[in-house]
Amino acid sequence: MLATLAPLQAGSLLLVAAAATCVALCLDPLRQIILSGVYGLLLVILFVVLQAPDVALSMLVVSAVAYPLIVLIAISRTRRDRGEE
Amino acid sequence: MRRQRIRAVLAVPAVAGFGALLAWGFSGIPPFGRFHGFYGQLLNAVATPQRHTTNVVTAVVFDYRGLDTMGEEFILFAAVVGVVLLLRAERSRSRPVEDDVGSDAVRDFGIVMVGVTVLVGLWLAAFGIVTPGGGFQGGVAVAGGIVLVFLAAGYRSWRRIGRESFLDPFEGVGAGAYVVLGIAALVIQGFFLRNLLGPGRAGTLLSGGSMSLLNWAVAIEVTAANLVLFTEFLESYLRPYLSR
Repeated sequence: MLATLAPLQAGSLLLVAAAATCVALCLDPLRQIILSGVYGLLLVILFVVLQAPDVALSMLVVSAVAYPLIVLIAISRTRRDRGEE
Repeated sequence: MRRQRIRAVLAVPAVAGFGALLAWGFSGIPPFGRFHGFYGQLLNAVATPQRHTTNVVTAVVFDYRGLDTMGEEFILFAAVVGVVLLLRAERSRSRPVEDDVGSDAVRDFGIVMVGVTVLVGLWLAAFGIVTPGGGFQGGVAVAGGIVLVFLAAGYRSWRRIGRESFLDPFEGVGAGAYVVLGIAALVIQGFFLRNLLGPGRAGTLLSGGSMSLLNWAVAIEVTAANLVLFTEFLESYLRPYLSR
């Protein structure tokens, strides 16, 4: 199966897999958000390489802006609630 | 210690079973790069001649599958209404927080980027008929650009935009306009969401007919939805500082 992959496609697939592993293995939520942003950016590159620019464009803004912002605020909220107890 | 061991013993068959299922599934998928979906190949062949849009994805989203997009739009609408119902009720308005952005570099660069990002978003939305992009992508980019106002200029500047009375009408109008356009087509031509006004000349901004209008309805809805979400989360985060 890998024989039919172009080097560019194989490379970006491997990078996505490596980044996904990093996100899953990271224990600190704050670093995890930053890592998931990098993972999203690598997914964007993969989508462009696989000729899906429409998906790449939505992924770009959602993974870089919308998702980290909402997770950040949610985490800071739960941390403060726990701190007040 | 004991509980951890029990958990590990329980996890082994679950992981093994899931792994076997995954391996079985992967062994059956077609080779990389071979697409067997008949519907996709058909649309690639007929979309541009029939609908005169050079972006086939937009033709699918706003024409061939326009009804599905209406459903998706209302999923987003329902999700935003749910967040608003949960977070807005527990909040009371009080005096504004003092919040200034200290760094001149962040402020200056951020303010410039607001304009750039909003412009890119509007461009993505407007040219979705011709090139990659569309209402959803453009809407999220415009919302991201407006959120930069908070990051670059602080809370007080943000509050001029991030108000319920300002954002809620856009959210409603965006969701409602899609249905109104569908009903308009039903009244005029007898089919719900049928493409009116088109098709135009391929490759131009007017090529999509009423697809462009649906596209802008989605852009307004998505922009407002993201800004309402951000406002609700931000206000809920700031609540203790506001009441203090």
